[in-house]
Amino acid sequence: MLSPAEWDVVVLSLRVGIVAMVATLPLAFALAWLLARRDFPGKLLLDALVHLPLVIPPVVTGWLLLLVFGREGPVGNLLQQWFGVTLVFSWGGAALAAAVMGLPLMVRAMRLSIEGVDRRLVHAARALGASRWRAFWTISLPLSLPGVVAGCVLGFARSLGEFGATITFAANIPGETRTIPLAIYTLLQQPGGEAAVTRLALVSVALSLVALVASECLLRRQSGGDGHVL
Amino acid sequence: MSFDIALTYRAGSRDVPFTLVSDAQVVAVAGPSGIGKTSLLNCIAGLARPLSGRIAVGGHTLFDAARGVDLAPERRGAGYVFQDLRLFPHLSVRRNLAYGLARHRHPAGPDLTEVAALLELEGLLDRRPRNLSGGEARRVAIGRALLSSPRFLLLDEPLASLDSRRAEATLVMIERIRERMPLPTLLVTHDAREIMRTGAEVIAMA
Repeated sequence: MLSPAEWDVVVLSLRVGIVAMVATLPLAFALAWLLARRDFPGKLLLDALVHLPLVIPPVVTGWLLLLVFGREGPVGNLLQQWFGVTLVFSWGGAALAAAVMGLPLMVRAMRLSIEGVDRRLVHAARALGASRWRAFWTISLPLSLPGVVAGCVLGFARSLGEFGATITFAANIPGETRTIPLAIYTLLQQPGGEAAVTRLALVSVALSLVALVASECLLRRQSGGDGHVL
Repeated sequence: MSFDIALTYRAGSRDVPFTLVSDAQVVAVAGPSGIGKTSLLNCIAGLARPLSGRIAVGGHTLFDAARGVDLAPERRGAGYVFQDLRLFPHLSVRRNLAYGLARHRHPAGPDLTEVAALLELEGLLDRRPRNLSGGEARRVAIGRALLSSPRFLLLDEPLASLDSRRAEATLVMIERIRERMPLPTLLVTHDAREIMRTGAEVIAMA
């Protein structure tokens, strides 16, 4: 069984993962939609920027976040002045780091799914009297739902595993930013931490597995057996 | 005037001029495959933009380049039956049929039960499109267009890929619809022989 301190780590990880995923969802979907359906100057650059966290070292992403969202950074300074919010060294900062790292995976899955929606069906809906919005809500969105769910699961799983950007931007503060990977790393530095490492590693695997299986079941039920996350 | 159309549109790499002024209720446009018949229907439905000209159906101007009129597809009132049908795969037959009911242009228009009976779809309402035969799917597509309270019908190759028995049944269906809902109807076909039987005015594209 997990100790109270380990439970805190798990709960914090879930909170960080869920907040990161939910907060990123609208942005990820909008970016995916833009990249899938629109042509505009600078599209390639936007595409590259979205994918950047996937290819640069996470520590560099964390450092860039520190530059922008740190107390002296342009955005961090404004957040502090206007809302009294400090992201650096807080669980919100850990969620931000996880969100940035998960964004490319979410966008990729959603984009593929949106590209897979047959535009002729959208035309059919419009000809039947549906406005752009109604065609979006009733045709494009439901048909791209497998990718949206898959993107959320990938983003959530990535958030649970996020280490480099988090430790750089939000540090390793017990009860505040010490998520499962950071706790495992800390325990590995101490003698006698192996049992706790095993427990947290198992929880980590179980959480990811449950997220994948639950999203698959949800989607199969919703789509009548057509949709797949896995 | 049922149809008052004079336009030039793009089909593949060609600019195609097309003129149709007719008061016939059913007009068939015949021509070989690839000549741009579907592109013409798309222009009338508002799914493609003509290069120039004017489209008026049943007295309503849908497009007029000179006056800057270009109604959005949802405001044109086309009951468009696509050659590839385009049933919504995630919706049941019932919800496919009902999709255009939200338009509510004619309160006295047919209801779902009536159209399902007309097209013999009563037993299929809870099925998904993937569980329909080709003929059944075509009838659902026709029913969906009829239930959207259309001002006019566009039928793209309504007899394509049907064997002679099914083609006959579809022709009878078109006749029935014509009697029940006398709407201006424009259909395109690569083979006008069968269609001529219905008494439609036939325009040849070459």
